[in-house]
Amino acid sequence: MPTVSMTVNGKAVASDVEGRTLLVDFLRENLRLTGTHVGCDTLQCGACVVHVNGDSVKACSMLALSAEGAEITTIEGIANPDGSLSVLQRAFQDHHGLQCGFCTPGMVMSAADLLKRNANPSEREVREWLEGNLCRCTGYHNIVKAILAAAAEMRGEKIAAE
Amino acid sequence: MPRDEAVASGGIGKAVKRREDVRFLTGKGTYTDDMNRPDQTYCVFLRSNVAHGQITRVDTAAASAMPGVVRIFTGEDIAAAGLGGVPCGWEITSSNGEKMKEPAHPILAQGKVRHVGDPIAAVVAESREAAKDAAEAIGLEIEEMGAVVNMTTAIQGHGAPVHDEAEDNLCYDWDLGDKDATDAAFANATHVTTLEFVNNRMIPNAMEPRAAIGEYDAARDQHTLYTTSQNPHVIRLLMGAFVLNIPEHKLRVMAPDVGGGFGSKIFHYAEEAFVTWASKEIGRPIKWTAERSESFVTDAHGRDHVTKAELAMDSEGKFLALRADTLANMGAYLSTFAPCVPTWLHGTLLAGQYAHPAVHCRVRAVFTNTVPVDAYRGAGRPEATYLLERLINKAAQEIGLDQVEIRRRNFIRPDQFPYDTPVALQYDTGNYLATLARALEMADYAGFNARKAESAARGKLRGIGLSCYIEACGIAPSSLVGALGARAGLYEAASVRVNPTGSVSVFTGSHSHGQGHETTFAQVVADRLGIPYESIEIVHGDTDRVPFGMGTYGSRSLAVGGTAIVNAVDKVIAKGKKIAAHLMEASEADVVFEDGQYKVAGTDKAKAFGEVSLAAYVPHQYPIEDIEPGLEETAFYDPKNFTFPAGSYLCEVEVDPDTGKIEVLGFWAADDFGNVVNPMIVEGQVHGGLVQGLGQAFIENCVYDENGQLPSGSYMDYAMPRAGDFPSFEVDTCVTACTHNPLGVKGCGEAGAIGAPPALVNAVVDALSAYGVDHIDMPLSPQKVWATIQAAKPAMAAE
Ligand code: FES
Ligand code: FES
Repeated sequence: MPTVSMTVNGKAVASDVEGRTLLVDFLRENLRLTGTHVGCDTLQCGACVVHVNGDSVKACSMLALSAEGAEITTIEGIANPDGSLSVLQRAFQDHHGLQCGFCTPGMVMSAADLLKRNANPSEREVREWLEGNLCRCTGYHNIVKAILAAAAEMRGEKIAAE
Repeated sequence: MPRDEAVASGGIGKAVKRREDVRFLTGKGTYTDDMNRPDQTYCVFLRSNVAHGQITRVDTAAASAMPGVVRIFTGEDIAAAGLGGVPCGWEITSSNGEKMKEPAHPILAQGKVRHVGDPIAAVVAESREAAKDAAEAIGLEIEEMGAVVNMTTAIQGHGAPVHDEAEDNLCYDWDLGDKDATDAAFANATHVTTLEFVNNRMIPNAMEPRAAIGEYDAARDQHTLYTTSQNPHVIRLLMGAFVLNIPEHKLRVMAPDVGGGFGSKIFHYAEEAFVTWASKEIGRPIKWTAERSESFVTDAHGRDHVTKAELAMDSEGKFLALRADTLANMGAYLSTFAPCVPTWLHGTLLAGQYAHPAVHCRVRAVFTNTVPVDAYRGAGRPEATYLLERLINKAAQEIGLDQVEIRRRNFIRPDQFPYDTPVALQYDTGNYLATLARALEMADYAGFNARKAESAARGKLRGIGLSCYIEACGIAPSSLVGALGARAGLYEAASVRVNPTGSVSVFTGSHSHGQGHETTFAQVVADRLGIPYESIEIVHGDTDRVPFGMGTYGSRSLAVGGTAIVNAVDKVIAKGKKIAAHLMEASEADVVFEDGQYKVAGTDKAKAFGEVSLAAYVPHQYPIEDIEPGLEETAFYDPKNFTFPAGSYLCEVEVDPDTGKIEVLGFWAADDFGNVVNPMIVEGQVHGGLVQGLGQAFIENCVYDENGQLPSGSYMDYAMPRAGDFPSFEVDTCVTACTHNPLGVKGCGEAGAIGAPPALVNAVVDALSAYGVDHIDMPLSPQKVWATIQAAKPAMAAE
């Protein structure tokens, strides 16, 4: 079995994997980072989104071996260094942007990438960015609201939670 | 902490942030597939790719010898073990007095397969990959029989029936209401409006696929099942008693974090029974996790009605009677709740918000070679609402009345409650004029014509659609549903354990899979006890920790489960008064409980809640002769009636006549859910329901072809609503408190999915009314809308 090594949430990891093992299964089963979820088998749902070298990627869309040498960040690795919720995570809580929580890790990881690229997105831009992330619970309304509020807070503005 | 502060930190009515969110936002949730048990094996099912056929060969020899395979089970093993089939929880009686047809539903197919996805064999292996490889290597031959797919031809009995015991594929032929009075009213009507339509089939698609882990501890003779369920106690009861013959004390069912359900995780499924049983057979834990493509062909689907509805009116547009005739798809087997969905959850709601003098409804339930159909968010009530609210708009169009005015003329008025409908329900309270007024105001209905003109100037067709829904929630009074065919009661249970130093653990039979019970139930208890919200813990989802429960569905958790908690809390307070009376040397009759303190009325003597609970566990100075130590109480609450949430929804759309594309411009929801515990969570429930309802009307569609294959069997082909499909919503609540539960609550989980579809379709039909269009079946794809416009054009030109 080949060996793969990468950095996950700041820690160097190495493990034997089968050639067909997907990155998402490697994270969940080999590293037991189960915050990254699997919601489909057709690359559609986005429950598995992580950051690979800083960009959001569906972790079911690549083999673990293709992540050789990469820097991976998962939902377990994006809180503030002291363990408190990041601005974006807190905005999801403040604006009730999650219900069952299953889509949430992918939503947060995807939104974090958006806000890195666009500090001041419009509602339309947020909705279009989330094209690849399905949520069956929230109707997206509060997810969009949370992301807009986080963007405002990160820009130094403050939007009151209702 | 004084009560005011306790309430400020998290009492009733506060938009308290959810405590469950932190674990979900940091990746620390524990869903079933996140767990691995020591020495675990993996299970993959070989499923039929044929809709209807006779299995002529299942050869597992080669597959069994493959690396990593532990054992392969087939239907023969299940039969040899004498296991029961998957049971149905309801029994409907046909109009002629015959019981419904209830064919066996084996855990693994016995001889025949009856839908694509029917499980034939189960491979247990050291890894998921090994199990998959072996499943592919099983030699399988199925002699195909013609598939029964179309309900209308199915009941004519062409070809081989789905089940031999139902030659015409009919499960039951049921009716409700006074047929003679209805027929008489139709005979005297000045106008009759008729609508024939299809309520399209849905695939629930909770984002977490179903999963189950079965585990057997031989040393203790103890089974454990971890499963993605909305009601672990119900699974324990159904599976233990009817399938595997395991008594409750030897079977623990846990539903940990569950990623959405929407009805599809109520039901008892074959896979969870299989892993529970087979884990004992092989002596190792077995885990099964559905792949999404497997969810499409195994999770119970929703809706799927073909209906003819008629409305009789007088010359003023007053309703005289309603008549409905529905074919309801059951799929290949009866799922847990399936028979009651088109009957007691549909026929009984056909009065809607209106004072119909007479209603008659006939429902024929039909077996087909498709996945079982059962409750999906709203369950029967969306179908009833769609029937009524589409029919009323068509009637308004025909007689030239505004969609608002025709409803106003027929609403049950606020002074008519309690109101007995002609279809077996008594509405306790409501104010339909109030929710209507609020929706009209939010949507600026009065300004619509100006907006329509503005759209017209741009070559676009603008429409606005109204829908006024009612639902029966808080399911359900046990004796009533027993008389209607339920094989269990639908009460709820709760235990409240006051710990020695005054913190509180609440054990509830309701299950939370997105609803936020861990937060709202704690708010309810904080409010009742006047103690800090933070010192209350809500425990759910484990049959070993929670005494009993019927689970979460039908918007029942707060109205029924919440009331059980309130009743248990009240028992705690009553016992606490006795203890406090002793401590304060007062008579029990003089002790009152307020602001988190026991006080002797008219004096300044008081004991804090925590002092009394400590005395209960350290009973030195204690009325030990009269009362037992400890402070823990259990309550079972059986609701006296259903609750009746109701509301008015408005939807505004713009249609491009050149492409048929619809844009939803706005959606306004005014709901009456009774009292609201956490407005933030209630709004979230409405948003989610709305998108599921709008999804049905707009893009979602489960399609079977004539061979019983499912072309819409993946996210490539089944259109799930995405963030870009709809705008943000405006939602608000009006309150008439439920009269028969102590919280005055009605439930909010399903409203959006119930009220939204007719609002959207009414809006599109309104936009196209200039073309003479009076109906389009869901979903309103651009292609269908465009074709409707094209078909209408020559007629317009001819006028
Ligand atoms: S699991 Fe669905 S996109 Fe990756
Ligand atoms: S919160 Fe449940 S799927 Fe998004």
